[in-house]
Amino acid sequence: MDRQFLILATACFLVAVVRTLLAFRARDFRLGRFNFFAIALGFVFQTAFLAVRGHQVGRCPITNLFEVFAFLAWSIVLIYMLVGPAYRLSLMGAFTAPLVFVIQIFALLAPIDVPHQTSAANPWLEFHASMGMIAYGAFALACVAGLMYLVQERQLKTRHLHSIFQHLPPLTDLHAAIMRLLWLGFVLYTAGLISGFFTGQPLPRIKIICAVIVWIFYAVILQGRYLFRLTPKHVAALCVVAFTAAVSVLWGITFVSQQLPSS
Amino acid sequence: MNLFCVGLSHHTANVETRERYARNGTASPLREKIGCTEALLLSTCNRVEVYGVCERPVESRAVFEIDDAAAFYRYESEECVQHLFRVASGLDSMVVGETEVLGQVKQAYEAARNSGGAGPFLHRLFQRAFRVAKQVRTQTEITRGAVSIGSVAVELAGKIFGELRERKVLVVGAGDTSERTARALASRGVSDLRVTNRSSERAETLAMSVGGRAVDFAHWEEQCREVDILISSTAADAPLLTREKLAPLLRERWDRPLFIIDIAVPRDVAPDVNELEGVYLYDIDSLQSIADQSLAQRREQIAAGEEIIAQHVAEFGGWLRGSRL
Repeated sequence: MDRQFLILATACFLVAVVRTLLAFRARDFRLGRFNFFAIALGFVFQTAFLAVRGHQVGRCPITNLFEVFAFLAWSIVLIYMLVGPAYRLSLMGAFTAPLVFVIQIFALLAPIDVPHQTSAANPWLEFHASMGMIAYGAFALACVAGLMYLVQERQLKTRHLHSIFQHLPPLTDLHAAIMRLLWLGFVLYTAGLISGFFTGQPLPRIKIICAVIVWIFYAVILQGRYLFRLTPKHVAALCVVAFTAAVSVLWGITFVSQQLPSS
Repeated sequence: MNLFCVGLSHHTANVETRERYARNGTASPLREKIGCTEALLLSTCNRVEVYGVCERPVESRAVFEIDDAAAFYRYESEECVQHLFRVASGLDSMVVGETEVLGQVKQAYEAARNSGGAGPFLHRLFQRAFRVAKQVRTQTEITRGAVSIGSVAVELAGKIFGELRERKVLVVGAGDTSERTARALASRGVSDLRVTNRSSERAETLAMSVGGRAVDFAHWEEQCREVDILISSTAADAPLLTREKLAPLLRERWDRPLFIIDIAVPRDVAPDVNELEGVYLYDIDSLQSIADQSLAQRREQIAAGEEIIAQHVAEFGGWLRGSRL
């Protein structure tokens, strides 16, 4: 039953992706409401999935890799719903929907929905994990905004202005959105990281090292502007690199966690 | 009853002919002269047209003193409706998709309404035309993209900086195109406009006319540390700004983009300046090419606009026939 909600959510994101492709093919770049509502409906189904699964496992549903990816996809859409309209980045939906769709398709198709033996619910552990996941959602959106920045920058630099150019947000607005998303993600990630030490459970060294590396990476991006004179383009590119690395680390951490008797 | 439109436009007449027939005011005197129940005059720099509703057929020569028949066109009934919808939507304009014409049609309608020239038929026709124009504008890309050098520059500035109010602009050289571009930027809210020129008097004059301030030409490159947008259009034979000169100035502003508009021929800014990080250099050819692309894109949207208009013409035609017009 719960997987059906996730399948429905994935179908909503597929509709948004197809609508985007059809619109772009027809050279119509006013995605606006349709995409937003398709993504919003997907978000409702995602939330329903997490609620049902959470009820089943009796805790925050991030007990295996399947749930982790579903929670990550939900976090990305949550942050999108919060920042997309606020920063007039509606076109971000055109970039966000494919990302979420790919994550969920992978989660649904890969044999990773394996029940994992967990200990009793631990509020600190749940806070730690959920903060980390929502932080990843913010980092994912920073990555999406970074990609938009790189596309816009490339078009302006090469003077090859395709129609999509007319609807991408200004470079300075994108940079501002990237910085805000990075700060939001960084604060949440830091809170999640610190709370990990209060879980009362032994922390695998590899998990701590990986988490700290991700934290340092994002700290460097945030302060690199002053330390290394990083240009907005470098920041945008680093957001893409950092998120790719962070997802790999997340995968690694979850894999390691599943090898342990409890987490 | 007959609904008709007689007139001439940039499609059929050159500017001298259009000037000869251009009129101010309303079609009231004409209405009385030709005995129409309703009449409206639309006179812009690209067209002079009279829309009328008469109980009996009216010859075009009664509307205009025609000495060049080829310059005039005449549309009746549904063709007249279609023509007005095309005009109001900007599909018949010289620059396809321009929106100024809709304001002019509205003004013409207001003038006719105030003078009693627009009665129930023209009221219904023009209200529908305004609706059609809005629909064409919002449901197609007909108004998208800038189609002149100045507006392309402003649009690009908007794509780089977003809000332009806080941006600093330096104009190097006091040519006409740079003045127009500076004015276009000022109209978007730029308040810090600086002008420099070999002749300080011309710099002062231009600065005053665009609401800016003149700066010393001897050290104008130093301004690149501060300004966000640089417009250059001097008559220099060799580039004034090279990569070697600009690179050291950019070290203090590594996190702020610099938009350079070089509208001089020969060019004032060496092309390899565009390779510097955070610098976006556009010369006259690249600006013109973007304007041409936008115009081509607008033309691609004409068919979509015509479809919308056809639906409305069919609906309005039904009403026309029902009202025995």
